[in-house]
Amino acid sequence: MAKKLALKNNTIVDWISKLRNYYYAHKKVFFIALAVLIVLTPYISPSQYILRIIIMVGIYTILALALGLVTGYTGQVSLGHASFYAIGAYTSALLSTHFGLNFFITVPISAIVAAIGGLLLGLPTLRLSGTYLAIATLGFCEVVRMILLNWQSVTNGPLGVSKIPRPSIFGYELTLANNGLYYLMIVLLILTTACMIAIVRSKMGRALKAIREDELAATMMGIKTTYYKVLAFVISAFFSGLAGAFYAHLIRYIDPNTFVFDTSIMILSIVILGGMGTINGMFLGSALLVSFPEVLRFLQEYRFVVYGIVLVMMMRFRPQGIMGGQKKSNYQFPSGTIMNRNTTQTKFSLSQENSVEGGV
Amino acid sequence: MAFLEVKGVSKHFGGLAAVDKVSLEVNQGEIISVIGPNGAGKTTLFNMLTGAHALTEGEIIFDGEPIHNHTPQEIVEKGLARTFQNIRLFPELRVIENVLIGMHIHTQYSFLDILFRTKKFRKIEVEKHQRAIDILDSIGLKQQVHNYAVNLPYGDQRRLEIARAISTNAKILLLDEPAAGMNPQESEELLEFIKELRDQGYTIILIEHDMNVVMNISDRIVVIDYGKKIAEGLPEDIATNKRVIEAYLGRSE
Ligand SMILES: Nc1ncnc2c1ncn2[C@@H]1O[C@H](COP(=O)(O)OP(=O)(O)O)[C@@H](O)[C@H]1O
Ligand SMILES: [Mg+2]
Repeated sequence: MAKKLALKNNTIVDWISKLRNYYYAHKKVFFIALAVLIVLTPYISPSQYILRIIIMVGIYTILALALGLVTGYTGQVSLGHASFYAIGAYTSALLSTHFGLNFFITVPISAIVAAIGGLLLGLPTLRLSGTYLAIATLGFCEVVRMILLNWQSVTNGPLGVSKIPRPSIFGYELTLANNGLYYLMIVLLILTTACMIAIVRSKMGRALKAIREDELAATMMGIKTTYYKVLAFVISAFFSGLAGAFYAHLIRYIDPNTFVFDTSIMILSIVILGGMGTINGMFLGSALLVSFPEVLRFLQEYRFVVYGIVLVMMMRFRPQGIMGGQKKSNYQFPSGTIMNRNTTQTKFSLSQENSVEGGV
Repeated sequence: MAFLEVKGVSKHFGGLAAVDKVSLEVNQGEIISVIGPNGAGKTTLFNMLTGAHALTEGEIIFDGEPIHNHTPQEIVEKGLARTFQNIRLFPELRVIENVLIGMHIHTQYSFLDILFRTKKFRKIEVEKHQRAIDILDSIGLKQQVHNYAVNLPYGDQRRLEIARAISTNAKILLLDEPAAGMNPQESEELLEFIKELRDQGYTIILIEHDMNVVMNISDRIVVIDYGKKIAEGLPEDIATNKRVIEAYLGRSE
């Protein structure tokens, strides 16, 4: 049984590597095709119901990218990300319903408020490790929910916030029907992805990965580990808040029960299934896990059993997640790096590098 | 004044004096070997030098400045870098990434440079990658740049640790049993490499068990036993020192 599975696995791996080679050879073509597909999706999509699911996939991808920075890249497990999602949603919902502020003003404010929440949670807790951090973040999630439930004068308590206005640009309302919400999601998703890629492919990304791999060794390389863990957490909270704000204006009604522990688990599952320490895995994980319950709707309540089984199987046979683990492809050097310089010149030029570069 | 001055440092773990009032001086451009039986306190001494352990007593002065009670991060920035006896690479990262992480403190661009991938960012990234390749080339790991650290053979992992320490722009390298687990040929090559580093101006403190290596390479040798320094001197003096021979032969080590 195990052997059969392993065999099957191998052919899949072969198949994927062929596809990957093809992709590397024709990167531009793929990119253009993808762009066209993204633009045309709402016209191909058979119904608004499907389009709404696609938008939810986008929201969860943003959330997973955000949590992925903390959990996938830095190795810090957070069970509290639903709270940043909630903070973003409530901030934007309240600002727009009470003060009539435009979506494009409330969104950055919401993200910043969520980031401040991330700072408040991250500063005291990120010195904790493993299980303790998970429990502390879980606790924070409950605290936020309790505040939303009980601070009735502001949050309207268990009744939630309703009649949240749609996003609008110069009086033009973005709706599902005119595809505005879909394209807005795409813009936010691209923004998040671009930031994450930039971070990951820099000294900061390397510092985060070093912390994940061996925190003591990272310290010994001069990395200020607490600083980077908190920074990653704050950035992560920022984008979770962004996703929350968008969600509020998409659904137009939120209450404290929208943002419970299950949501945190859902985001974490996407990160793990997609592959820790990957960007593309977050897209795939989110597409699978968000659409799964919809695809399996015919199974009614049993679908969550299937869902659970899939996750367990995954952990058993591919614990690094679908896209995670070591890559077959080469490391991508920044363009301009020369692999084979005149070696007679460089062979033992190990003498201390003259520090010419300026900067902070 | 010596480049590195260790003045009467001790480290107690509960009742155990793992290092007991050890003093030593290291001059610039020297290879100093620290030897002694297992459990003598050599690694603990390194841990104190690099800020991993707080001192119980004593002082450490590097380049005229006290560095004890400084954080490990501050100490690397001042120019002391180390390797670990039980290899501590970043296993699931590529060889080149391991070296780039060593350069972290000297990779100086801001968060905004990162987000907007400014010209400065791209220029510095290319420079650092280029230097990482050069370092790996000089230590014979260039063909492994793309590989993951965990996949490297044992000897290569030890060399990668040295490459990573060099990449911090350290002035003093503390190598904790770098030849452990290497075959004779590998350890011979490593010896040559360490000598070349010295000739480049690096100062090296080496913990090593292989007496051939130690006698061959060291400018001076410091012997520690039960946390105490029992001898110090030129290789030929140490080889004939009675207390050292006792420490090594008189016990069932
Ligand atoms: N973190 C620690 N806690 C308690 N005891 C320790 C610790 N580190 C080292 N020791 C003890 O200190 C002594 C010296 O260890 P070590 O410095 O590793 O020796 P060496 O490197 O010379 O073999 C040993 O008896 C060891 O058990
Ligand atoms: Mg030791």
